Amino acid sequence: MVVRKGFIIITLALPLLALLAIGISQLISGIAEPPVVEEVTIGYVDKSGGFQQYTSQGNITLVRFDTPDEATRALVGGDIKEYFVIPPDYISTGVISRYTLEKQLEAPADITAAIKSFLLSNLLGEKISPETMDRVEAPLNLVTTRLTETGDIAPEQGGFGNFIIPGVFSLLLVLSIIFSSGYLLQGLSEEKENRLIEILLSSVSARQLLTGKVLGIGAAGLVQVGVWVVSAPLLLRLASSSIGGFISTIQLPANFLVLAVVYFILGYLLYAVLSASIGAISSNSREGQQLIGIFTLPLLIPLWFMSLLMAFPNNPIWVVLTILPITSPVEVIIRLGVSDIPAWQLVASIAVLVLSIIGTLLLTTRVFRAYLLMYGKRPGIGEIIRSLRSG
Amino acid sequence: MPAVEVNHVVKSYADKAAVNDLSFSVAQGEVLGLIGPNGAGKTTTIRMMMDIIKPDSGDVTILGEKLSEASKNKVGYFPEERGLYRKLRAIDSIIYLASLKGMDRHSAEEKANELLNQTGMLPHKRKKIEELSQGMGQVIQFLITIIHDPELVILDEPFSGLDPVNTELLKRMFVDLRNQGKAVILSTHRMNEVEELCDRILMINNGRAVLYGNLTEIKSRYRSDSVLLECEGELGEVPGVTEKRTHKGCVELVLDGNTTPQQLLERLLSRGIVINRFEVAIPPLNEIFLKVVGKNHE
Repeated sequence: MVVRKGFIIITLALPLLALLAIGISQLISGIAEPPVVEEVTIGYVDKSGGFQQYTSQGNITLVRFDTPDEATRALVGGDIKEYFVIPPDYISTGVISRYTLEKQLEAPADITAAIKSFLLSNLLGEKISPETMDRVEAPLNLVTTRLTETGDIAPEQGGFGNFIIPGVFSLLLVLSIIFSSGYLLQGLSEEKENRLIEILLSSVSARQLLTGKVLGIGAAGLVQVGVWVVSAPLLLRLASSSIGGFISTIQLPANFLVLAVVYFILGYLLYAVLSASIGAISSNSREGQQLIGIFTLPLLIPLWFMSLLMAFPNNPIWVVLTILPITSPVEVIIRLGVSDIPAWQLVASIAVLVLSIIGTLLLTTRVFRAYLLMYGKRPGIGEIIRSLRSG
Repeated sequence: MPAVEVNHVVKSYADKAAVNDLSFSVAQGEVLGLIGPNGAGKTTTIRMMMDIIKPDSGDVTILGEKLSEASKNKVGYFPEERGLYRKLRAIDSIIYLASLKGMDRHSAEEKANELLNQTGMLPHKRKKIEELSQGMGQVIQFLITIIHDPELVILDEPFSGLDPVNTELLKRMFVDLRNQGKAVILSTHRMNEVEELCDRILMINNGRAVLYGNLTEIKSRYRSDSVLLECEGELGEVPGVTEKRTHKGCVELVLDGNTTPQQLLERLLSRGIVINRFEVAIPPLNEIFLKVVGKNHE
């Protein structure tokens, strides 16, 4: 009935922003010239002895200096880009001192690789064959294959290809829940501020008003996510020239679609009911937005700790986040892309979520009616607890 | 079947009783004035009738049954705390809220146009609510209250904040409702509106009924045993009159307990006094209200 411009803008803005990002990245990669391999000269002082050969490492040339002072003069004079000192006790400590004029986070990878290769070659070069030398420099090219319990190759191989869809979806889920519950809260506060509640309640019951709002705005949220999900493959196809062959490795984790829908609906319901109760007790929409913030922050926790989850997927903290109802919708979606989730955790998580929704709904219908008509003043916590008890 | 029957309802907030053992009924086709000072419990009573808040005890039946989703459609409610979607057009506001009362879009639109035309609001129908004056918004609100042809109409302070033109407009529509035989409850603290529009009154104070019954009957019960007189010539001493109060253009004669106005009139006529006006003084509702509420305050 009441069409919100904001809703339409946000629904369309996300795909458009993605389109823009792809456009910009393609533009940049199109303009950028192929990187020119720059010849670099770096110096070194060998106090340990025995490091004279292999001074040409790809595009990096190493020049020997007798003393650090000479090397420093060359560095300041601009003859070399940087230099390093191999101390007399290098063999026992492994310490190499590096000197540069530039401010850096850490030594550039190509320089490190060149120095490493230079040291290795001088240490082992004459003792082993060049093939063995290559292996010593790159001993590992790990190719993982996941097998099923019957010993066959598993259809779902894991890895980043498996993570991309859950990762993106978890973000959409968070955005959609925050926007939808925001609309609900805003609508309710507006009706409260404009003194419409009593008129509405003279036609429908408080329960009908609550259910109507939750379902109506939920459907709108679903449409929003629908638009995003449908636009995603198109955008990925457009982006494929930017990110290349990666697309072909993208896989949907098993049961993902079912679980995504289940957690979207349950997650939305929980937050919608919470928003409705906050809308009922807060005296204006600004106050409501602040209050709902307390609840939407936990929704973001799984996103903040996403990199930790990737590094330590078996930490028990993820089980807690999977079962805790205010974090579980997003946590489960992300975990699906990273590792397997034991069935009992999924069952426990869904059960806790459903129970919390029912519990919140019961509590909300109690406060809803009483506080919807309380204009201009927010009840104290003690007062809310009293009304929860008395119903 | 009475339109409204309220039996011994009680509603307390924290420790204070907002409504305390209140009972009354409204017959079909009757106009009841619900009056009382601010904070007397009028709005709480109405909200309990509309099932917006639940009474702690007692019960309410509307049109013979407990109010349900279906029977809500037979009631029109004009709350004291009222407003509309500010960004929505007038016509859309009416149609939307009429649809909540079970009307289909087509008949709601037809009826809305008819009512807007009657009230001279048709040129404003495409304006957003925020573009209308407060009075116009209130008229729209009134149309929303009656568009679904309710059997019972409850109006809580309908004339507050209106200019004389719009007050007259709403009063005309109010009289129409009465002529159509609808049961109407008019809640207000303005006594003149009640005297003008209601058959019976329920006066409440501190959540209790202090006066309840037929308006004329109540007024005669509270008449002060005095007579207003306009005459030519000197009145002199009149037997049976304990006090003479001079007002603008007339004199008020307070009778002793044993003399009726009829006897007084005979005595005056027998003296050959020329009488231009002889009226049994009936106190305005305002005075009765002050008297009753004042007594309750003591």
